[in-house]
Amino acid sequence: MIVRLALAAAVVAAVATTVVAQSDPIAARKAIMKTTGQQTAIGAKMIKGEEPFDLNKAKAIFAEYQDAAAKMPGLFPDSAKSGGESTASPKIWESTADFKARFAKLSDDAKAASASVKDLDSFKAAFGNVTKNCGGCHETYRIKKS
Amino acid sequence: MLRKIVLAAIAAAVLGLGLFWVLTIPARVTAGELPPHTANLDNGKVMFAIGGCASCHATPNQEDRTKLGGGLGLRSPFGIFHVPNISSDAKDGIGAWSEADFVTAVMKGTAPDGSHYYPAFPYTSYQRMKLDDVRDLFAFLKTLPAVAGRIRDHELPFPFTIRRGLGLWKLLYLDGQPFKPDPSQSEAWNRGAYLVNAPGHCAECHSPRNAFGAIIAEQRFAGGPAPDGQGGVPNITQAKLKGWSPADFVEFLASGMTPDADFIGGSMTDVIRNTAQLSKPDREAMAHYLKSLPPVERPGQKKPAGG
Repeated sequence: MIVRLALAAAVVAAVATTVVAQSDPIAARKAIMKTTGQQTAIGAKMIKGEEPFDLNKAKAIFAEYQDAAAKMPGLFPDSAKSGGESTASPKIWESTADFKARFAKLSDDAKAASASVKDLDSFKAAFGNVTKNCGGCHETYRIKKS
Repeated sequence: MLRKIVLAAIAAAVLGLGLFWVLTIPARVTAGELPPHTANLDNGKVMFAIGGCASCHATPNQEDRTKLGGGLGLRSPFGIFHVPNISSDAKDGIGAWSEADFVTAVMKGTAPDGSHYYPAFPYTSYQRMKLDDVRDLFAFLKTLPAVAGRIRDHELPFPFTIRRGLGLWKLLYLDGQPFKPDPSQSEAWNRGAYLVNAPGHCAECHSPRNAFGAIIAEQRFAGGPAPDGQGGVPNITQAKLKGWSPADFVEFLASGMTPDADFIGGSMTDVIRNTAQLSKPDREAMAHYLKSLPPVERPGQKKPAGG
């Protein structure tokens, strides 16, 4: 029974996400970036020693990156270029191929990071390597906020 | 009578032109004014990083940031500035420049041919650099690869095409003053203030500008519209960054990560590539100074939620 309930809840959640993604891609991609940021914050705290290193948490961060990399490219349809306080740059729609390739690279790097992480030291290296993708993509595809 | 009026008008015009000419004479530094100096290449490299030279002068879309062939188009309310080649190429870059030419360019905003540079080249900040730092930077630039190719002229409408007129702008906005340390502050604070204000030229983007394109002094560091018209540049005084600890500033200057684990975007990403190359004590010095900036609100800008 509990299993069924959990499954049902998971299905509802998945459907809800899909519905939101289809009806409001801007809200959906902002939500994903927010979750990604929250996961990154956990990683940063572990690296700074503000939180003890936890292998499961480390793997969860890289899993979140892979999840985001899978979903994000589909959330920039032509109908969602602006609005909702979006900071997406018009360049996303001018160089779509590069934009998508960057998510593919993020996914690959996150996968490799997940495989390589064993302890705090290997996490520091892996985390630093993956998060380079964040700034690189933001540089070109996100406009400045004031 | 008419003859007299015409003569007086001509005399006034000649006098006016003469005055304009005198007032707009480009300032120079001669080789004789430079005391003996042994170049420190390591320091030159630090100045290259904090000066952000590569951010504008490295040719866009290339991995190697030491190939300073120029070519970036800087959009501004006045037109498009095409960033020149400052590689060590003797023909197209600065390979044939004397040290005095370089010091004159960076600290006076005057080209070797005696014309004024547009202040898109941030000599308003660089004028505060220590002479030795500028000379070390020159020595370092000479070690970088030569890149052939001259960059096209700026795309500016009249009257901005008349470079001589920049002499008047300089009279108003280029005071020629060196950086003045504050003896009541610590050595680290002063190092930070120097890095931020002189070579770092942070205020050039992080301040609003007046109709003549000059920084509004009272609102220095209070942010402003992006020079290229896309979005804005944040306020970096404590009005906006009160929640940032000095350690947050240090982390940001090293990796581009904000305290809420966001990674900065836009042109700041490349600034971080520069500050990431500094020593940790230099980043800490900058953090120390930035944390001390008194809160300045920009009029018409709403306060960020939660103060």
